[in-house]
Amino acid sequence: MPEHIILRHRDISDINQLKVYRKHGGFESFKKIVTGKTSQEVVDIVKASGLRGRGGAGFPAGVKWGFLTPDVFPRYVVANADESEPGTFKDREIMERNPYQFLEGVAICSYAAQANTAYIYCRGEFWDLAYELERHLAALHDAKLLGSNLFGTDYSLEILVHLGAGAYICGEETALLDSLEGSLGLPRLRPPFPAAEGLYSKPTVVNNVETLTNLPPILERGADWYRTIGTEKSPGPKVFSLSGHVERPGNYELPLGTKFNELIYEHGGGILGGHAIKAILPAGASAPLLPATIEVLDTPMDYESVPKVGSQLGSASVIIMDDTVDIAWMAYKTTRFFAHESCGKCTPCREGTYWMHAILKRIMSGEAKPEDITLLDSVAKGMEGKCLCALGEFAFMAVVSGISHFRDDFEAHIRDGK
Amino acid sequence: MLAEKYSSEIEAIITKYPSDRKRSAVMSLLYLAQREYGSITSKAISEIAELLDIGTTQVSSLVGFYTLYYDKPGGKYRVQICTDLPCALRGSEEFARKICENLGVRMGETTPDGMITVEEVMCLASCDGAPMFQLQGPDGISYHEIQTVESAMELIEGLLGRNLDA
Repeated sequence: MPEHIILRHRDISDINQLKVYRKHGGFESFKKIVTGKTSQEVVDIVKASGLRGRGGAGFPAGVKWGFLTPDVFPRYVVANADESEPGTFKDREIMERNPYQFLEGVAICSYAAQANTAYIYCRGEFWDLAYELERHLAALHDAKLLGSNLFGTDYSLEILVHLGAGAYICGEETALLDSLEGSLGLPRLRPPFPAAEGLYSKPTVVNNVETLTNLPPILERGADWYRTIGTEKSPGPKVFSLSGHVERPGNYELPLGTKFNELIYEHGGGILGGHAIKAILPAGASAPLLPATIEVLDTPMDYESVPKVGSQLGSASVIIMDDTVDIAWMAYKTTRFFAHESCGKCTPCREGTYWMHAILKRIMSGEAKPEDITLLDSVAKGMEGKCLCALGEFAFMAVVSGISHFRDDFEAHIRDGK
Repeated sequence: MLAEKYSSEIEAIITKYPSDRKRSAVMSLLYLAQREYGSITSKAISEIAELLDIGTTQVSSLVGFYTLYYDKPGGKYRVQICTDLPCALRGSEEFARKICENLGVRMGETTPDGMITVEEVMCLASCDGAPMFQLQGPDGISYHEIQTVESAMELIEGLLGRNLDA
């Protein structure tokens, strides 16, 4: 097995203790940049590494940092730890088991952004984890790795934990910022983007937990080394969250560009109970469903290849469904989620998710008419390109793709009246 | 009064944020109030609004928006079972039904002794641990993964302070 770069706790036990993390080179990268590199040099290294945002959008991290409005201070860094996408459970493992690498990543990002304060926005359900993170932050203070005048320089940094309270929409970065400011977590109209006007209207970088956890190894070993992993356009390792009908669900750290086949059959142990695979949701509830054809299974999981077969890599939360799964039920479950989580700010999403779910409820109860499938498809497609944020823009994808690939599953409910 | 009973805790929460941005502390204060009063009461809302110099409407709107704040008291413990798609693929709907059956309540209801409320919740980022639930109680939230009806009932019976065979 090759070494783990992100899930390092799988190779090194007790790396969740600061002394163990430091024994393995922890916080050397942070010290090296604070004492020896300008923030611009750090941005350039991360740009050169090609690191792309691991929260779902895949936007190049260094480029995102480069958009910060020059000469406006204070600036903020916010770690998006509001992990809530159905099927995604990688950030929780990283923060629980390899917390200091994540925290060093936050520190490196803060230095690159010239921010003196960073917030970790943790979903409210991660109550225990937030408490642990605060304990780790106190240990970093005691070791003088956080606080004022770090390593004898004039750079100071505080990292603080902010607990959310159960709202999927707060994973959307502008809704997250509103929530952090003490308002309802509703997405903002953009532009301005957070890099120009983010937290408290100041230039702000918002990055996902896994993205930040990539930074210490990049700074330690260099951009060229990082690019030896993964593909040319999607470099680096990725934590794939594998769930559903596989023998061994779990997180698997593999190079970007690993094929679905390898993840599902080699690592996940194949389909549960020897069933045949029917479909894959490669990015949780937030991307089109893929029928598990030979072509799809042979597709590399990176930001370029998955769109070529009709879906997205997103946060790489790969949900597997076997041949017993009714795709109408799958659509019902995803719309239930989105109807519950839609914040209500924009009409297409608020009404669209509600009506998709209402029609699917009718289909599932066997009371729908044949034209209801067309109606559902039309409501879903009516949302496209009209929603204020990605929640709405993703909410209909499983429905539209489900009908297009597995219309029979929907029709069966109408035909059989159940 | 929260302000008197928890003055140092409140101070620590508010100073996490810039001095002119103390509204950011509202979410943490709502948790504090919920711990103290069992749910977010109108008294709690007024107290928090006063502490942060914001309107009571600004505080109460959050209670309806976020699922972890409760405007009505529930059971002392909330057993919150994830029945979202990845967990449902691994039997969590059946698991949830059986937990309700065992406790003699319908989904969302509280046992007559006021101890346990059973609820269905959205994805808890524990899809490889299905079936699973989070347990919310006076001391916070804990996760319980790879559960069977038997293991969950054992834990619940433990909370009720009696043995399975009692």
